[in-house]
Amino acid sequence: MLEIRNLKVKLEEEDKQILKGVDLTVDAGTVHAIMGPNGSGKSTLSYVLAGREGYEVTEGTATLDGADLLEMEPEERAAAGLFLAFQYPVEIPGVGNMTFLRTAVNAQRKARGEEELSAGEFLKEIRARAKQLKIDSEMLKRPVNVGFSGGEKKRNEILQMAMLEPKMCILDETDSGLDVDAMKLVAEGVNALRDEGRAFLVITHYQRLLDHIRPDVVHIMAGGRIVKTGGPELALEVENHGYADILAEVA
Amino acid sequence: MALAQAKRTATEARLAALELPAGAGWATRAREEALARLRETGLPARRDEYWRYTDPATLNAPAPEPAALFDPREPMPFSEVDRLKVVFVDGVFDPEASDDLSMAGIEIERLAETAARDIHWAKDLYGVLEARGQSPVPRPLAALNTAAATDGIVIRVTGKAPRPVSLIYLHRSETSDAVLHHLVRVEEGAEMTLLENGPAAARFNKVLEVDVADGGAFHHVRAQGRDHERRAATHIFARLGEKSIFKSFTLTVNGKLTRNETVIELTGDNAVAHVAGAALGDADFHHDDTVFITHDAVECESRQVFKKVLRNGAVGVFQGKILVKPGAQKTDGYQISQALLLDDDSQFLAKPELEIYADDVICSHGSTSGAIDETAMFYLRSRGVPRDEAQDLLVIAFLAEAIDEIEDEAIADDILARLQAWLARHRH
Repeated sequence: MLEIRNLKVKLEEEDKQILKGVDLTVDAGTVHAIMGPNGSGKSTLSYVLAGREGYEVTEGTATLDGADLLEMEPEERAAAGLFLAFQYPVEIPGVGNMTFLRTAVNAQRKARGEEELSAGEFLKEIRARAKQLKIDSEMLKRPVNVGFSGGEKKRNEILQMAMLEPKMCILDETDSGLDVDAMKLVAEGVNALRDEGRAFLVITHYQRLLDHIRPDVVHIMAGGRIVKTGGPELALEVENHGYADILAEVA
Repeated sequence: MALAQAKRTATEARLAALELPAGAGWATRAREEALARLRETGLPARRDEYWRYTDPATLNAPAPEPAALFDPREPMPFSEVDRLKVVFVDGVFDPEASDDLSMAGIEIERLAETAARDIHWAKDLYGVLEARGQSPVPRPLAALNTAAATDGIVIRVTGKAPRPVSLIYLHRSETSDAVLHHLVRVEEGAEMTLLENGPAAARFNKVLEVDVADGGAFHHVRAQGRDHERRAATHIFARLGEKSIFKSFTLTVNGKLTRNETVIELTGDNAVAHVAGAALGDADFHHDDTVFITHDAVECESRQVFKKVLRNGAVGVFQGKILVKPGAQKTDGYQISQALLLDDDSQFLAKPELEIYADDVICSHGSTSGAIDETAMFYLRSRGVPRDEAQDLLVIAFLAEAIDEIEDEAIADDILARLQAWLARHRH
């Protein structure tokens, strides 16, 4: 589903190479985790895939079901089925959460040539999804992420994911700032979306999120490259011994 | 101090080009006095501190610059609102196009008819608030209006008006020069909503004097738009009695030059005055909101909320003042003026002022200008919202605080629809 080949990325504003040749293949129906120390390029990878400005791809390719992601605008990537759950969800004062979601859902449907959801259909859908994530109607009415706690923001990301039904979901440190209960709730939301037509790329520092969202494949990223790939046991190795051993081993 | 020769020349040239109304009825004296006020101050000049950011030349000139007519091919504002329509074409009342002027709780007359009489309540209001508003800052274009206006609407509200009165200004001639003067007297405990929309003329000079008695309420929503080349100078003068309410909102789109002055005196205790504006300008657009609120009673509240969205070299101006007179304790004054600049060519000029002579007051003010929040933009786009739509959402979010000042939900929705249509037409 997601194919990344020799992806090299530098910052647009300064001469700083962040990704130094990333190779990654994520198949439909699988969950991949990327772990790695701070500054290894994990978040950059997620931003570059989603199309954030400020980065320059100097080499390599990234495709989603064969379509060249790097040629697309961010909204086209979303319509193609890519979703990034932000590490720091953005507050947008003045834009109601519900208005935002409905605009997004219908913009994607329109881009795919599908019929837009009516207000009634949308309401029914969002109520059911929100209930699963324990998001009350008050939170739906408030401006996007404004005054939300850390846990509420992350649940709101998962709600958006559930409503948009992407095929490739990237979760960027979704566990940061969450207590155990909030993390469980988020993980349940993610697990409910696991499906053979859908793939996940879970970016995290810690193994604990992976106790709840079980990965099929774990990658270790360091210095802008994926340096090691293995099964779920690799995450446990990180948890028990830290990154130092692994990095020493591959150096 | 003698008036500068240049000002005197400009003023006399303008007056010579005007057809001043012939003497008749109570209005004669009010007009003569206004003429004297105008001659004393002269027309505004760029060198006047109050006109530093807006060039009054085209407002002063003996003849208006022609303004091409424009059809945006969309419904007029307030089309869906149940209202009593009063239509003016190029500044002249059109009885054919207007509704019957009778409505429960409210008396509506033409200025042209009342002015010819010897006795009318309008005598105690016409030019009276305008004259009070000439100090401490002169407003010569308003004095000119009082001296020259023959048409307008005269409203006395005695109960709760069941429907809004909707003034519709149609522009049919490319060289029309319209002067309108409206009066509203809201009696004790009475209540009304006044709507205004339309470009009116190539050049438009309008004064609205509003006197709200104790416990009365006056709601005002205005949509200035459509024609790109029109120029307008408008003044609202309001006086508020005890526990009265005055709320005014203006949406402005298009227009080469618009100067909206609002002058409010809170003279009764516990009165509330809110003035808000949302302006959207693209290219050849100069919009000036000038507000002067005087607190002269205790426990009054005033709010000024002005937001501007500017692109392609459009210019926005805000001059807002809160004056708290000695003894006006427990005043609650708030003022915010903000601009969203969609490119580097646009400009926002702001002069917020507070002048406070009472010690137990809360007054706050703020002024900002900034660009679209790119982080929010990326967030919206990453969810599949295209750039243009994302920008519209953020623009409307930016204007929300001003639009929230409109109390009536149906009217607020109508304004929002106008705004969205304008944004859709101005995507680049």
